Amino acid sequence: MALEVDGQSIELDEEGYLVDLSSWTPEVAKALAAEEDVELTDEHWDIINFLREYYEEYQIAPAVRVLTKAVGKRLGKDKGNSKYLYSLFPYGPGKQACKYAGLPKPTGCV
Amino acid sequence: MATKKFMFVNRKAPYGTVYALESLEVVLISAAFEQDVSLAFIDDGVYQITKGQNTDGIGQKNFSSTYKALGDYEIKKLYVEKESLEERGLTPDDLMDLVWEDEDDDWAEKPSIILVDRSEMTDVLADQEVILSF
Repeated sequence: MALEVDGQSIELDEEGYLVDLSSWTPEVAKALAAEEDVELTDEHWDIINFLREYYEEYQIAPAVRVLTKAVGKRLGKDKGNSKYLYSLFPYGPGKQACKYAGLPKPTGCV
Repeated sequence: MATKKFMFVNRKAPYGTVYALESLEVVLISAAFEQDVSLAFIDDGVYQITKGQNTDGIGQKNFSSTYKALGDYEIKKLYVEKESLEERGLTPDDLMDLVWEDEDDDWAEKPSIILVDRSEMTDVLADQEVILSF
């Protein structure tokens, strides 16, 4: 599978995740979201940017439970719950947000 | 689901074999099942959590920073055997500063590493319900 972004072909695995994590740009995130008819808002970007920072620091994509807790700490309790995260990423905050953020699928996520 | 005491025993150096990385991945997955998880670092396993690891020369991913995420996964008990450190010329200062944040105490950082001697480690192991060795 591949995705066309700004004339560049970005290689994706069979589930739509980036094969080469370093090929990510914000434009790639928008294109991946557009594939699923999602338009990225500032609220989406808060989560995407958080995930990228988390991966940079710990070299893993966090489990949903960890993401939820960390978002609550960083962005406020009203956002640190699965209802809010699912409203942004209905296919599952772990899977869908990590995909847009250019991270591998979270460890332990099926 | 009833909570059981799970212990992951790590005895091998981080690189050269796949044991350390496999153990870490299983530990992270197991955290999703909300069990009482602890880790033991014995023999060359103590090298897994040493500071300043650099894998540039061997072309492998340096996964040492992932141990710092264990606190986020509610894994707060990392038992390290004193004798194993001493036999390798290491001290607790050579280990990464691994902590967990206590949500009920204004996110205060608390140490996860618990230094035990060999006989104490035996007691900790005897107290477990499930032991997985890597």
